[in-house]
Amino acid sequence: MSAARRAVGDRIVHKEFPPITRHRLALYCGASGDHNPIHVDIDFAKAAGFPDVFAHGMLVMGYLGQALTDAVAPSRIRSFSTRFAAITQLGAQLTCEGTVIELIEQGGEKRAKVALTTKDQNGEVKLAGEAVIAL
Amino acid sequence: MVDQSAVGREFTPVTARVEPGRLRFFLDTLGETNPVYRDEATAQAAGFAAAPVPPTYLFCLEMMDATVPFEFLTALDIDLARVLHGEQRFDYHAPVVVGDTLTFHPRVTSVTDKKGGAMTLIVVETGVTNQSGVHVADVSRTIVVRNARPS
Repeated sequence: MSAARRAVGDRIVHKEFPPITRHRLALYCGASGDHNPIHVDIDFAKAAGFPDVFAHGMLVMGYLGQALTDAVAPSRIRSFSTRFAAITQLGAQLTCEGTVIELIEQGGEKRAKVALTTKDQNGEVKLAGEAVIAL
Repeated sequence: MVDQSAVGREFTPVTARVEPGRLRFFLDTLGETNPVYRDEATAQAAGFAAAPVPPTYLFCLEMMDATVPFEFLTALDIDLARVLHGEQRFDYHAPVVVGDTLTFHPRVTSVTDKKGGAMTLIVVETGVTNQSGVHVADVSRTIVVRNARPS
């Protein structure tokens, strides 16, 4: 993986994840420390106006981070940000992708901006983000 | 409803240790198999003193070890059921690895009403330092509060 060869337009991130289950959300509560009941307790979710529980945004961002560090060594990531564009429902099969959109010099090093998306099986964008990586 | 008076509010600093067992639980939950996070020799070959944490794990550490969970919501009188996560950002300044002890300093940096008061966006920025006083990261979250009615 020679980072120096990155060019604008390179799709460097691509990973698919298994469908999100209730069990996964329960595990993520414990693993992340985020015990908001809206992600595991259907009664609470309904009382809050949702048809069912839904995924933690940070679980979905965790998948995106995984897809990113499959392609880029963790030591090269300078920033990682995302907007949560839509709620991720149970059963969602997520695909994470990232494309180099700009080469920059910043902080005394050559870096690349990578546009990131997470979409479900219907192509709906769940997360739209960006990472800055050192080349 | 949260208003501009909340800007500048600081919350109780959280100190959290990067424990290997808890980190493994997180990796298993995400199906993360990258050896850099699991194998000390691989991590060291990649230039880390020990296994590094994945990109979003700082967010978890702060929540796991908070003595008052969701303190900023309680302090601002926000109902947990009305909150969605709008945006999240991490700026990394130095490595964070297993064995580190981190301190998180959260504060409100902006409050913005949207859609005529139907929603309020609140930004909480959190500086993170390690046991040596090194400023390792800045974490910024934007939460969306779905207000009961426009005001």
